[in-house]
Amino acid sequence: MLPDFANPADWLPWAFASLMGFSILVYVVLDGFDLGVGLLFPFADEAEKDRMIGSIGPFWDANETWLVLAVGLLLVAFPTAHGMILTALYVPVFIMLIGLILRGVAFEFRAKAHARHKRLWNCVFFAGSTLTALSQGFMLGLYVMGLQQTWATFLFAALTAAFLAVGYSFIGACWLIHKMEGGLQVKAVKWARDSLWGVILGIGAVSLATPLVSTRIFDRWLQFPDVFWLAPIPVISGLLVLWLWRMVRVMPYENDARSWQPFAVATALFALAYVGLAYSFYPYVVPDRLTIYEAAAAPESLLIILIGACVVVPIIAGYSVLAYVIFRGKATELRYD
Amino acid sequence: MEALDTLIFSRIQFAANISFHILFPTITIALGWALLFFRVRFAQTGDIKWMNVYRLWVKVFALSFAMGVVSGITMSFQFGTNWPGFMETVGNIAGPLLAYEVLTAFFLEAAFIGIMLFGFSRVPGWLHILATFLVAFGTTVSAFWIIVLNSWMHTPQGFEMIDGVAHATDWFAIVFNPSMPYRFVHMLLASGLTVAFLLAGVSAFRWLLGDRAADLRATLKVGLCLGALLIPVQIYMGDMHGLNTLEHQPQKVAAMEGIWETGPHQPLLLFALPDAEARENRFEVGIPSVASLILTHHADGVVQGLNDFVAEDGTAMHPPVLPVFWSFRTMVGTGMAMLAVSWLSVFLMWKRRRLHPDPHAKRWFAAEGLPRPLIWLLVPMTFSGWVATLAGWYTTEIGRQPWLVQGVMTTEMAVADVPAPMVASTLAGYLVMYGLLLLAYISVIVYLARLAARGQDAPAYDMDHSGKAQVEALQPGE
Ligand code: HDD
Ligand code: HEM
Ligand code: HEM
Repeated sequence: MLPDFANPADWLPWAFASLMGFSILVYVVLDGFDLGVGLLFPFADEAEKDRMIGSIGPFWDANETWLVLAVGLLLVAFPTAHGMILTALYVPVFIMLIGLILRGVAFEFRAKAHARHKRLWNCVFFAGSTLTALSQGFMLGLYVMGLQQTWATFLFAALTAAFLAVGYSFIGACWLIHKMEGGLQVKAVKWARDSLWGVILGIGAVSLATPLVSTRIFDRWLQFPDVFWLAPIPVISGLLVLWLWRMVRVMPYENDARSWQPFAVATALFALAYVGLAYSFYPYVVPDRLTIYEAAAAPESLLIILIGACVVVPIIAGYSVLAYVIFRGKATELRYD
Repeated sequence: MEALDTLIFSRIQFAANISFHILFPTITIALGWALLFFRVRFAQTGDIKWMNVYRLWVKVFALSFAMGVVSGITMSFQFGTNWPGFMETVGNIAGPLLAYEVLTAFFLEAAFIGIMLFGFSRVPGWLHILATFLVAFGTTVSAFWIIVLNSWMHTPQGFEMIDGVAHATDWFAIVFNPSMPYRFVHMLLASGLTVAFLLAGVSAFRWLLGDRAADLRATLKVGLCLGALLIPVQIYMGDMHGLNTLEHQPQKVAAMEGIWETGPHQPLLLFALPDAEARENRFEVGIPSVASLILTHHADGVVQGLNDFVAEDGTAMHPPVLPVFWSFRTMVGTGMAMLAVSWLSVFLMWKRRRLHPDPHAKRWFAAEGLPRPLIWLLVPMTFSGWVATLAGWYTTEIGRQPWLVQGVMTTEMAVADVPAPMVASTLAGYLVMYGLLLLAYISVIVYLARLAARGQDAPAYDMDHSGKAQVEALQPGE
């Protein structure tokens, strides 16, 4: 599984695949929660909407930048795969972009446009978040199906689309549990309770489908000695689900204790599911067609980027944390003062 | 046929997306620095008017920034969805440049924009100023990297081709390629001018609504002075840029000037309709020898014509002439209009102050000096920066065709094999959305200007010892 570290042509693609995988994961968790907040919009009243927006306002842009980094790394490190994947996903990518555009601008417009138009921008915000979540889920489904385009794979992709949207709502609700107080927090707990099933079904569907679609993946997971090494992934995931299940039934705790827990546990669950997925597909970047080694760009160019990344990524982590620290605590309505 | 349609639609789609995108960076790059200026003035003088200027324009900034971010994300996906051949061929060079843009610029902007927009009453003054600085710096760094890439596509060097794929040999040569310094400076100045006329135009609009507030006067003066200061530099830089292009892409300059036949004494054409079929200009109106004079600094200097760039088999290896010729004239014409308007305004404001000195403060300019027709004129000039910037990019980019990377790959080689109807429908989708968003964007700016003109929405400020804002209306603990 591990590459040969003496040979740059061997470990560089691996390093970049890890880096890209990492940024996709960070993206899914971070933009996942703010898209989720958008998906929950119709269930909140006007004043609550302002507070919900307030809880993601300072962050959404940086969260989205992880997507730019991920697609940038794909583009940079695996140019052939980038072309193959994005042309195959041409339509869902277009829909996602429309969604991202609508969501991002609605954010700013609703705060600045005439009060009369606020309702409209609220709808746009919801619509943009929904389109984005659905199309990302759709892409996930198609990718799991090896980018095959048949009615059956479309059907599966439609299912994953729905599950991912509900999953995002779940992590969004967990975020709100942490950032809200009073009635809205109670509501957020209820939203989390009502959407947990999406997470369970989504992870379950993808976990069952991947080995069924590809015998390679089937063998990977269910071969004799490996199955023991791998068992912790589903087992721990199951335990995390149970933990979440319990929390969303009894929260909020006295004095708002441990309100961060659902979000943290949900993040761990997303991460585990993601690691499982990555294990299934490694070393392929286009499922069963192109490995990261076949798709990789020239080592000298990758090295240049890696050096920069090693210097800059810790700094990025530093000021991202700074932003979260400055805007920690319960969210209120946002003001430009 | 099919492939050709895909190519055409993909090109129009790319052009539409980048044109929409660049509108907003053009504003954010310079507006970030302008906001830093306003913020620092407020910190220095404690004069509330600077805070009011900041408060209005930070909203415009936030809006433009969001539009820039989301349309930029579209851009980065475009390479894969529509131009996979680009990355497959020159990815080893374009890749690191784009990666450095994300790493050094995008994250910086994205992390500090939150503090800049919403942190005023949460963080100490110095940190708020620092955040504003870092956001402005980030947009400029981002412009640097993308312009490096774009300039490299015009004047590529520092690489070798192995099996049809470009490999970098000299990163210094790639980054500091011959047209980069000109293009980068020209673009930064374009951004400065766009913001100058935006500030002035919106303030003129408020003036016409009857507003005479101190913050409005300050903005008007800053805008006009900035414009007057930058435009001569821009014209000079543009000239240098053109000379550099003449050296590296003579066919582009020939198209800009509408020169078909190589020869001395080329006229500067004020009007012409270049005819690609007949390979000549119709309805030519020009000043004899002036193009030769500008381009070679001799009236009898020889300038290469487009007919030198036709392959043996008759295919033209030069860009389409009509769009390049006219977009160049649009840019230069707009630049001349900017020169006239800004200099006249600054002169009149200065004269007025000379005649009526201010007893209280040493001020150089008085906004009352502007006659009403001039104020009226400033309003349509609000978006003149956009016009000139787009025209400039069209000159540059269409002038590079048929090459995508000059001499290395043609645009046709890069296009994805996506069915034409699919590209056509996404193109239609984008166009509709861009139209609506542009409408919304402009109406919100008008709305904000009206709101400001009514003097609403301006709470009183206090600062504690650290410079953190204390806003009365805020709840305790907020
Ligand atoms: C001269 C300036 C310039 C030019 C020519 C371009 N951009 Fe841009 N771009 C910026 C200047 C800029 C900026 C000033 O940095 C923006 C605008 C607003 C913002 O937030 O950053 C930005 C935002 C922006 C973003 C969002 C960044 C974020 O998440 O914060 C992406 C992904 C791109 N751009 C990508 C591109 C691509 C692929 C381009 C060309 C093909 C391109 N831009 C041309
Ligand atoms: C920001 C301002 C820019 C504008 C307004 C602009 C505009 C255009 C236009 C109008 C074309 C179409 C030319 C034609 O096909 O006849 C074009 C082509 C192209 N430009 Fe730019 N461009 C800009 C910046 C960039 C940058 C920064 C890059 C790359 C880093 C870039 C890459 C390309 C590519 C790949 C094409 C070929 C696709 C096509 O022909 O449409 N452009 N651009
Ligand atoms: C009035 C005198 C001006 C001259 C002589 C001039 C000259 C030029 C030339 C020769 C180019 C093409 C460069 C190439 O070969 O690629 C260019 C491009 C451009 N111009 Fe201008 N320009 C002038 C004014 C302006 C103004 C007022 C603006 C905007 C406010 C502007 C914005 C641009 C932009 C954005 C580009 C494309 C990017 C680039 O190549 O730098 N120009 N200009």
